[in-house]
Amino acid sequence: MRSLAGRWRRPPPGSGSGGVGLRPPGSGCGGGSAELSERSRGRLGVRKMVAEGKSRKRREPGGGAEGEPQPQPEPAAQPEVAFPPGFSVSEIKNKQRRQFMFQRWKRARRQEQLAARKKRRKEREALGDKAPPKPVPKTIENQRVYDETTVDPQDEEVAFDEATDEFSSYFNRESSPKILITTSDRPRGRTVRLCEQLAKVVPNAHVYYRKGLALKKIIPQCVARDFTDLLVINEDRKVPNGLIISHLPNGPTAHFKMSSVRLAKELKRKGTKGTKPTEHIPEVILNNFSTRLGHSIGRMFASLFPYDPQFIGRQVATFHNQRDYIFFRFHRYIFRNEKKVGLQELGPRFTLKLRSLQKGTFDSKYGEYEWVHKRHEMDTNRRKFHL
Amino acid sequence: MQHDDVLWDVIGNRQFCSYKVTTKTQNFCRNEYNITGLCNRSSCPLANSQYATIKEEKGQCFLYMKTIERAAFPSRMWERVKLSKNYEKALEQIDEHLIYWPRFIRHKCKQRFTKITQYLIRIRKLTLKRQRKLVPLSKKVERRESRREEKALIAAQLDNAIEKELLERLKQGTYEDIYNFPTHAFDKALQQQDEESETDSSEEEDEDVGQVEFVEDDEIDDSELSDFEAMDKLEDSGEEQEKSSDAEELEKETSTSKGKTPVKGLVRKKRPFVEIEYEQETEPSAKASST
Repeated sequence: MRSLAGRWRRPPPGSGSGGVGLRPPGSGCGGGSAELSERSRGRLGVRKMVAEGKSRKRREPGGGAEGEPQPQPEPAAQPEVAFPPGFSVSEIKNKQRRQFMFQRWKRARRQEQLAARKKRRKEREALGDKAPPKPVPKTIENQRVYDETTVDPQDEEVAFDEATDEFSSYFNRESSPKILITTSDRPRGRTVRLCEQLAKVVPNAHVYYRKGLALKKIIPQCVARDFTDLLVINEDRKVPNGLIISHLPNGPTAHFKMSSVRLAKELKRKGTKGTKPTEHIPEVILNNFSTRLGHSIGRMFASLFPYDPQFIGRQVATFHNQRDYIFFRFHRYIFRNEKKVGLQELGPRFTLKLRSLQKGTFDSKYGEYEWVHKRHEMDTNRRKFHL
Repeated sequence: MQHDDVLWDVIGNRQFCSYKVTTKTQNFCRNEYNITGLCNRSSCPLANSQYATIKEEKGQCFLYMKTIERAAFPSRMWERVKLSKNYEKALEQIDEHLIYWPRFIRHKCKQRFTKITQYLIRIRKLTLKRQRKLVPLSKKVERRESRREEKALIAAQLDNAIEKELLERLKQGTYEDIYNFPTHAFDKALQQQDEESETDSSEEEDEDVGQVEFVEDDEIDDSELSDFEAMDKLEDSGEEQEKSSDAEELEKETSTSKGKTPVKGLVRKKRPFVEIEYEQETEPSAKASST
């Protein structure tokens, strides 16, 4: 038991400046005095509380100097401690003491919260039917900053724009998609397999190897051969990490960052019977594309797939946007009854994040960018999303 | 008189030369005017008062020469000659300027010049080809994005969302009777059945009132009651099996008849039991107090 412990008691009446004044600074305790004075300085705030008549148990750091003789013994611990306003645990300089105080504070807070919760529950039960409805918990989607470009379904301007943009020919059923899938230079195994699987997922898709050609030279050739879309999978260190979708006649080019790529083999599935996608045209599900930008991206994805899905095939490709991350999944579904669906995942899965949308076909230097992800402006607010 | 040998003795062999880079097998010279790049008696620009080099600046090659006459004037020591862009002409220029110079320096100058032109050609060829642009990734940003992606994935609840969407489409009829449970018809059928069962039950109640029916007795026989517990148990188990099967049958019957009196739990056939009546006798308080 350290004799210093008694310092934390209420100072005896008549000692004006408190315990600090009692002992001459720098003397007496020898080695421990410096440590003591620090502690006393750090605890001046705490000292005030002591003066207010609250006592607390102090954990002994062990060993130490023999201090000046303190008359009163240490008091017992009291479980309920109220902290006066304006005091913050972080102001205590001593780490051990600070940690101890923090645990105390946390415990007290926890108890307060439990008590409050019990009280609320009792009130709710007491009211019975007349109780007010439960408050809805806050989620990031709830708290999302309202984006002024959110599309209103009845908006005529948007409808007009969509009727005349580059995808209108697809949505008017004038053209049917023909996709060219390629990669960056010298693709490695994973990328090659991803390309093959994508070619199975997307109907009417052809895979060609890059062989070091420039995209700007490929594009006129594609246009000449009636391709409607160009998909380039960029690779870095044997792993696909980027995707460029370029709508061909003169359509926009979107550049995505691709992550979490899982090939069809790596998905967890039972058995091997029905695990390959068939040749049927899949349906498309586009979820949560709410802003103008989101709409244009959504239309771009939709225009990759032919307009008439074959429901017999029971295959569905999903592009789900959540907080600016677009999740791609490819499933086969079966209706067990009118309230239950079973899903079996075929095909690859990956996550896309839009980096830039450029008007016109691929031209990174001189192209006109409709939207570019600027990290310092757009990543600052956690509740603001753009798609 | 220039004391090259003394210089070389000092810097090359004995003492420190700040341009020298030593490796396990060889010594290199970092001096920018060095013609071969190695630290040798004949290649050291400090230890040779008559020296020449080829240096390249922004695609242009120059011949630098140092002579002993200018050794005292450091600012004018190196004489620079711009070489022609034509390879052969440049070689002739080197020959012309380094005429009467030691064979070693002439030869090494031409070698160096050849190497330089070769790499300049390569640079020009590469710039025409597509270059890989390396974009630096910030680890902090990458980690942040991957964390946010995980959380977004959890928040998305993809399977639920997809199932919901598909069911919506089914309801709206986009699948056009491919599947055999069109919801409208089913709901209607359910409603009809409910109505029918209600009317049926009401009719049956009316019917049953006043009718005399002969019903089977309970399966409990007095003969089956015995004092032996074992016998009881045996017979109970047999009975239970029968009862359970009966109970099942009953259940089925009750489940099919909707709208009749709702059956709560299993309908059990009554087990053997004896009803005992208790009478409570209350003693008159007067008696108690007297005794």
